Amino acid sequence: MDANTTINKLNARFPESVTETHAYRGDDTAVVKKEDLLQICKFLRDDKELQYNFMMDLTAVDYLGREPRFEVVYHLYSLPFNRRFRIKTRVSESECSVDSIVSLWASADWFEREAYDMYGIVFNGHPELRRILLYEDFQGHPLRKDYPIKKRQPQIGPTC
Amino acid sequence: MGIMDMLNRKKGPSHAVVPTDSGDETHLLGGSVILTKLEAINNWGRKYSFFQYPFVTACCGMEFMSVAGPKYDLDRFGAALPRFSPRQADLLMVVGTISHKQAPILVKVYNQMAEPKWVFAFGVCAVSGGFYDNYATVQGIDTLIPVDVYVPGCPPRPEMVIDGLIRLQQKVMEGKWADFPRGASPVSNIED
Repeated sequence: MDANTTINKLNARFPESVTETHAYRGDDTAVVKKEDLLQICKFLRDDKELQYNFMMDLTAVDYLGREPRFEVVYHLYSLPFNRRFRIKTRVSESECSVDSIVSLWASADWFEREAYDMYGIVFNGHPELRRILLYEDFQGHPLRKDYPIKKRQPQIGPTC
Repeated sequence: MGIMDMLNRKKGPSHAVVPTDSGDETHLLGGSVILTKLEAINNWGRKYSFFQYPFVTACCGMEFMSVAGPKYDLDRFGAALPRFSPRQADLLMVVGTISHKQAPILVKVYNQMAEPKWVFAFGVCAVSGGFYDNYATVQGIDTLIPVDVYVPGCPPRPEMVIDGLIRLQQKVMEGKWADFPRGASPVSNIED
């Protein structure tokens, strides 16, 4: 199968949802609308010619000043076909949420908690969305680009 | 070095000496009696028998293993017996970075240790936070618990650790009864 199989199939199946694609140096990537994310992920996992059965990585990027501000990035791997695929979906600051994919890949659980912890992106339908690395009383989300770099939280220890 | 030699050092005790009629001095009961202060011999015993609690959180732990192992051998200084219960330890070795999430645990371990107790800040992260000047890291464990010896370095060389331990021994030797108990950590009410 040629390298762009996934992109072609995705474009054919979801012409309205896929807003951008590229396959630079074999790095197949698609930017999709967040409303259809769950549907697209399910298709990628279950389609007989794709079978992306391994959710390898999930993270977020803060493009401060751009609208929509955040990008959630998913890296999928197909064990049967030894193929990788990247999905990005854009999330605005005002509606800072996206559907959880834990129902499709259980491995997304802690990744989504980490993205919530660091960026404050809410994953709708996550079974237990709470902070994973920082403590419960922590205020704010430190990997946001507008988090003050010198800010100290009054848990224990210095506050300035 | 025998026990008598050790005791005879600077602040240590001395043999009981009795002047004789001829003007010479003789050791009382042939040198089998020594005179000292209870505080001095107590401190002497403490400084050569640290029971350490290794609170190892980061890469400094590798250097700690090196210094505790046979090549550098902390046992030569009497500090070779790690106790993995704070109740049985009197030297808290804080080895590595302490995050704010870890801080309440460190405070709890310190509070659980029996008096008298000492704290050894091992490595620059424990000393000052090191280069982790960020939202997650405690900027030096002395913001949580009192520290006796600071050994910087990333990680410190075993020689520095041994030097720090010897300085701690000197400090213990100069200790007073009134120094203890030190009480709970000043920030412990936040957790408990």
